[in-house]
Amino acid sequence: MTAKIPFAAFIRRLAEAGIAVDVPATPVVPARVIEVANDDWGRLGQEANDWGCRWAAGWGDDLGEALRINACFEQAGAYLLARTTVTRSHPMLPSHTPYYPVADRPERHTQDLLGVAFSDHPDARRWTRHRAWKSSEYPLRHDFPAAGRPPAVTPADYQYRFLAAHGSGVYEIPVGPVHAGIIEPGHFRFQAVGETVLNLEEHLGYTHKGIEKIAEGRDVAGLARLAGRVSGDSTVAHTWAACMAMERATGIEPPPRAVWLRALMCERERVANHLGDIGAIGNDVGFAFGSYQFGRLREAWQRASNAAFGHRFMMDRIVPGGVAVDLAPPFLAIMRDEATALRQQVGRLMAILYGSPSLTNRLLGAGVLTPEQASTLGAMGYVGRASSLYFDVRRAAPYPPYDRLKVKAVLHHTGDVNARVRVRHEEIIASLDLIEALLAGLPGGAIRSEWQAPAAGSQGLGIVEGWRGEIISYVRFDDDGHIARFFPRDPSWTTWPALEVLIHDNIVPDFPVCNKSVNGSYSGQDL
Amino acid sequence: MNSLAMSSLTIAWVMAALQTLIFIAAAPLMAGWVKRLKCHMQNRAAPAVWQPYRDLAKLMRKDMVLAENASWLFRATPYIVFGATLLAAAAVPLVVVHLPTAAIADLIVLVGFFALARFFTALAALDIGTAFGGMGASREMTVAALAEPAMLMVVFTLAMTAGTTNLSTATEAVLQAGVVLRPSFLFALFALAMVAVAECGRIPVDNPATHLELTMLHEAMILEYGGRHLALIEWAAQIKLMIYAVLIVDFFFPWGIARDFNAVSLTIGVIAGTAKVMLLAMLLVVWETVLAKIRLFRAPQFLGFAFLLALLGMLTSVVLETGS
Repeated sequence: MTAKIPFAAFIRRLAEAGIAVDVPATPVVPARVIEVANDDWGRLGQEANDWGCRWAAGWGDDLGEALRINACFEQAGAYLLARTTVTRSHPMLPSHTPYYPVADRPERHTQDLLGVAFSDHPDARRWTRHRAWKSSEYPLRHDFPAAGRPPAVTPADYQYRFLAAHGSGVYEIPVGPVHAGIIEPGHFRFQAVGETVLNLEEHLGYTHKGIEKIAEGRDVAGLARLAGRVSGDSTVAHTWAACMAMERATGIEPPPRAVWLRALMCERERVANHLGDIGAIGNDVGFAFGSYQFGRLREAWQRASNAAFGHRFMMDRIVPGGVAVDLAPPFLAIMRDEATALRQQVGRLMAILYGSPSLTNRLLGAGVLTPEQASTLGAMGYVGRASSLYFDVRRAAPYPPYDRLKVKAVLHHTGDVNARVRVRHEEIIASLDLIEALLAGLPGGAIRSEWQAPAAGSQGLGIVEGWRGEIISYVRFDDDGHIARFFPRDPSWTTWPALEVLIHDNIVPDFPVCNKSVNGSYSGQDL
Repeated sequence: MNSLAMSSLTIAWVMAALQTLIFIAAAPLMAGWVKRLKCHMQNRAAPAVWQPYRDLAKLMRKDMVLAENASWLFRATPYIVFGATLLAAAAVPLVVVHLPTAAIADLIVLVGFFALARFFTALAALDIGTAFGGMGASREMTVAALAEPAMLMVVFTLAMTAGTTNLSTATEAVLQAGVVLRPSFLFALFALAMVAVAECGRIPVDNPATHLELTMLHEAMILEYGGRHLALIEWAAQIKLMIYAVLIVDFFFPWGIARDFNAVSLTIGVIAGTAKVMLLAMLLVVWETVLAKIRLFRAPQFLGFAFLLALLGMLTSVVLETGS
């Protein structure tokens, strides 16, 4: 019996290790929740690592008297939400970073925004805070106003200690946050010898928008809109995750037609972004043909999304309880034809791309992320799947409508830029299959459920497979049905660190293509 | 008699000045033509061929932002680069051979002009002390160090056959020899084309259209330039591309170029020159469309191959052509 309950054996293991585990009565669907003492937090991380759990997300929550720290683990598609509290007067606890490198930045984010110190964190530098607020101020605490206390002039972001390299011929290249092209801002600090990269350090946070803070006090519709702006290219997936979290907290089941339409939009988003990325990877190695052809396909695809759903990115089409727009009947046939045509065009273009030695020469063997590295970092989406690390929420923990659909597994093993291109290519085809299945099986009926007020303090986790990988959204309601806490974990939290690893021993001019093959979201990680 | 000689010399100088003017005035047109063809090749809406002129005019009007620590070197470099390129253009026969300017400079001096321009560009890039400037200068010098020997080897191969390093005379020699298939010229042609691609910062060695500062070669060096400085440097780059195109035409396909100053042969010269450069631009566009940029460390191999071809050309010339 116990074998069927996820994590039952793990919880027994914790007890054997002498960690007192409390299992609270209120669930956070779909995760199993455990609470431990804050002193045991580090050991919990160690045990979870030994047990083979993946560290999926971490965030803090101001509960007034106490500050609650959450860590979400995943194993074989089951989720475990571990929690502990620290007092406001002594907000200190051990870190998970020694066991899970991927916990590094989320913990520093919590440190900057909530004023929680992780005692054995190997790197206590600020992360999200860029001197725009004082080191003694913690924006996510309730006594900090949502408008902030901005100084008349935002001080320059200086005195951030980058890792330095010394030696003859070693030099440093600072890149960004303002780039020569029109892309999001982020700073990259290279240590290089000649053209070979010794070390790359990212400094992100330039697009910090205070998403978590301004989510507080919103109504459900407002939160759905906000979630759609966490990262513009993943607007569908983020909105879906946030709505799923709110629906699970409330116990509302969106109608079947609504979830099928959500999946249709989500797959369309995946196709659009993969098309754009393959083109952009071509552009970064000076292969203009690929860039323009895939750019054209993406543009046509987005215009079709606009025609069917009224928005190029399908922003704000998912709403709590369902979807905002129905798909008019003519579009069933249109989309089917479109999928067929796209499959042919992508096939022909990819044949040209794979058959261009000058292009494949740049992609093969560039930016290799080994399976071990990918697994240590818990890399998501196409980054993980190009390095033998298979995890797809749609298959591991299927949510409607994927529980009734067959999702083709795409996996590659070489971990280089070429593998990430191939994963994208095959995922486009897999998504087109899904789109056809979704169109064929689209149920009728309502597209939106009546919204009911959630129980006071109810919580939920929304977990969906966005185009970059697993998105985890946590929502906690306050007493009058408004949002008390919202935390969206974009997959970029795990893929940005992967970029720092995979660039090692590559040459500086190969960085853009390596970066594009990972394509982390700045906005999604800066929040 | 004397006055006739005087007047023909005056005409020659006027022609030379006119040809140089046409050269620098037409260079942006060629850049626009390349751009337009490229857009068509990639199924894009193309800008007018005049677009480079508009861009240059826009840059000329714009204010300049100079780095605080920029020295006279940084400010003087655009003029030196443009001046050197202009002098190089003056030495290359575009429409007509036997101009007095041809006596000023032979091919080796031409290579020297380019080296001078590059030397100052690299110095200016280092002058302001940004990481990109240094990076670009180092890369450009790596490429140049390999491109220049290959270019000189091509020149020597041609000089072996033509018996001179003077451009005008060499062109004349090729014209007089008529259509003869010389293996050495074939090798030299390919070598020169590869050198031209590398020297002009085209794909696959450099990407003239990139916005990615970390991948840039030439563009990284001039990243800090703006306004009329940038306009001069860009214009010089366009002229340089045209010089290489005309060089290839002069050496390998000189037919049609005017050998005297009468109106008919001049007209034929203009038409033939334009047509040949346009055709060459088409080849460049096809080349740039089917190829991706090579990894930086393969650029030496690319240029090493160019050098090898030039060397083979030289050997063939010695063994097969002059040996008999």
